[in-house]
Amino acid sequence: MGKRVALTGNEAIALGMRQINPDVVAAYPITPQTDIVQYFASFVSDGQVKTELVTVESEHSAMSATIGAAAAGARAMTATSSQGLALMWEVVYIAASFRLPIVMPVVNRALSGPINIHCDHSDSMGARDSGWIQLYSENAQEAYDNLLQAVKIAEDKRVMLPVMVCQDGFITSHGMENLEILQDEEVRTFIGEYTPDYSLLDTKRPVMYGPLDLQNYYFEHKKQQAEAMKDALPVILEVAEEYRKLSGREYQLFEAYRMDDAEYAVVIMGSAAGTTRVVVDELRAAGEKVGLLKLRVFRPFPYKALQQVLGKVKAVAVMDRADSFSGFGGPLFSEIRAGLYDLETRPRISGYIYGLGGRDLGIDEIKRVFAETKMIARGGDAADLVTHLGVRE
Amino acid sequence: MTNPEQKIGQKKELGWKELPRGGVVLDTGSARDYETGDWRSFRPLWSKEKCIQCLRCWVFCPDAAIIVEDGKMVGIDYKHCKGCGICRAECPAKENAFEMVSEADIEED
Repeated sequence: MGKRVALTGNEAIALGMRQINPDVVAAYPITPQTDIVQYFASFVSDGQVKTELVTVESEHSAMSATIGAAAAGARAMTATSSQGLALMWEVVYIAASFRLPIVMPVVNRALSGPINIHCDHSDSMGARDSGWIQLYSENAQEAYDNLLQAVKIAEDKRVMLPVMVCQDGFITSHGMENLEILQDEEVRTFIGEYTPDYSLLDTKRPVMYGPLDLQNYYFEHKKQQAEAMKDALPVILEVAEEYRKLSGREYQLFEAYRMDDAEYAVVIMGSAAGTTRVVVDELRAAGEKVGLLKLRVFRPFPYKALQQVLGKVKAVAVMDRADSFSGFGGPLFSEIRAGLYDLETRPRISGYIYGLGGRDLGIDEIKRVFAETKMIARGGDAADLVTHLGVRE
Repeated sequence: MTNPEQKIGQKKELGWKELPRGGVVLDTGSARDYETGDWRSFRPLWSKEKCIQCLRCWVFCPDAAIIVEDGKMVGIDYKHCKGCGICRAECPAKENAFEMVSEADIEED
């Protein structure tokens, strides 16, 4: 059974990586790297894992070396944050198109410039179309639980896609929390042995990765990727069910909190869901029919499941911790709106961009969002379709 | 043409459900099946009568498309000739032994 420990989000991830005991971890050892890799390096030095730790000269090389290891048939991981993920960019796409089940913890932090090291979701949101599955975590417990599930999701033969396990920079990554961890043996049994279909090291059955793929075949390979991403949805739920039996903790594609009879609701991802839940409870106590939808799985985007829950409310406020600079709100806002478009009766949807560069999101601001959303639910009009919440004039 | 299953002359191109995952190539030496000559837009036609057998075309051909047997130029490997025209440019014969013809003007055999 589980054991209670006090850990930061980064420590929880490093501990999960120790329990996973991957064959290879290739990582850049200097900032913007987080202390996930620092803690993990000490496990390697202390002989607590059998992992080959490759410290490389850049994040571009970190992902490249991880891809090489995974193509060789290894269970391979890396970790990154912010500019590090940005530097990985072109190889991030290659990991997905090679269909390598790499798991990468991402500590969500702002992208420069101006230079900022604090939390927002710009880094992983920038990689949202790279073909990776993306799981977002509210706290260290979820980051740990998502990490273990990510291995099983990625390596499922129906999926075979890389997974980013996202947690909020500093808020979660450096905040100490009380969480429950599994025993090493339980993790080992849960994730099982990884048996790759193809291995560059298998001389009896040699394969080639990454050949030239022109007009007559590239499109078919992209279709394979697109289908694998759709196939990941039921697999994510199956893995969650298996994990619930093991840990007692329940995961879905999203958490619908007090949504059953909600008249209006907020959609949010990451640590700010905790603050929002407090506000929901307060407003519910005052008789307001409010709810919270915390999205866990952003890629694949579970629009059908979202339709079932969000289709029942009159107004929705979608809160993005990233701006897409499209002039049309953040990525979550656009996709929620697109996802609900086919409903015969659909809620009115407004967008809020919050918390960029680590700006705190306070209870009063969330109350303002609910108040404005209530006004829209009752037939009023929003001053702006998209609001940058808490920005000084 | 990354498809390892497809052989020369095979017309059917496999669909996404049939292809190996992630674009991997499962057969060794499959580059042999890739006829780079189909990139060509101009085809060099060689005249045996005008040829003085100096073999400059064989030396300069950036592929290996000049076929030489027993020390003599005998023809062009159109499966691999990309039509760059270096053979024509380098040919010193008084009357050039090569003529570049647009593939569009060539009747299918």
